[in-house]
Amino acid sequence: MKNDLNSFEDIKVIRKMMEESTRFLSLSGLSGVFAGVVSIIGAYLVYLFILDNGAIEFSTYLSGLTDPNYPVSGWLLIVDALTVLGLAITFALVFSLRKARRDKKKFMTPISLRMLLNLSIPLFTGGVFVIALVLADQLLFIVPCLLIFYGLALVNAGKFTFSEIFYLGLLEIIIGLVALFVPEWGLIFWLAGFGVLHIIYGAAMYRRYER
Amino acid sequence: MKSIISNINKVFESRIRLGIMSVLMVNPEYDFNSFKETLDLTDGNLASHLKALEEKGMITTNKQFIGRKPNTSYSATETGKSEFSEHLKALENLIKDL
Repeated sequence: MKNDLNSFEDIKVIRKMMEESTRFLSLSGLSGVFAGVVSIIGAYLVYLFILDNGAIEFSTYLSGLTDPNYPVSGWLLIVDALTVLGLAITFALVFSLRKARRDKKKFMTPISLRMLLNLSIPLFTGGVFVIALVLADQLLFIVPCLLIFYGLALVNAGKFTFSEIFYLGLLEIIIGLVALFVPEWGLIFWLAGFGVLHIIYGAAMYRRYER
Repeated sequence: MKSIISNINKVFESRIRLGIMSVLMVNPEYDFNSFKETLDLTDGNLASHLKALEEKGMITTNKQFIGRKPNTSYSATETGKSEFSEHLKALENLIKDL
């Protein structure tokens, strides 16, 4: 009997070691929750100040930006989007560093670097693609493309971290693909993909792995 | 009874060696310091287990320099991989019979 219990423990050790040595497990669920909240606040500020509390349609605003006779500039939107992105990335790092320290794990490992590389390739491609969209005055398609490339990045990075990230990526891709066909609802899809999904996934992962 | 136990390999009886082999089954190469961290061991303890596994032909050592720092990494040999798989199967069979 004692031997059987030992074998059971042995197999647990084997699984744990195989997982810990191939996956980056310091990613914190709080990062997701925070990114979701900031995205929603960012979208709300757009609605409040740029869309004048809903008086202007998002698609009208975007098509206006490419019209030289339209009085509104796009700077506010760009600043808003970059601030959201910056805050989300910064706090993703802060929460994950904190988790790594708490678990007494190194943050920079060959695995975490591999994960970052796999994350950045689709993200960088998406970034260049979106710049091309801006130059071609195709502003309506920015949000759908951001969602799609972000989803691809997560699917790619998911192999090196919690498997939930892979599925989160799939959902982001699906939302992005749907958004491609109704691009005038971009703000709604932004809220769903970057806001709601992040909060749900982040909270679920926090409950599952960090409590 | 003997037939089930027969594949249980004495070399892998220690948890530490089990850990080392598990890591090397899923990573083509793994270095000393990463082992120390993943398995949470002291230098001496880890070194002696690595040496034992190497002597049994389960793993190989690759010494190289990264810049000026010496870096030792380890890989599982083909023998090591197949013997560990056998060991794993034996463990699973033991549990199945519970």
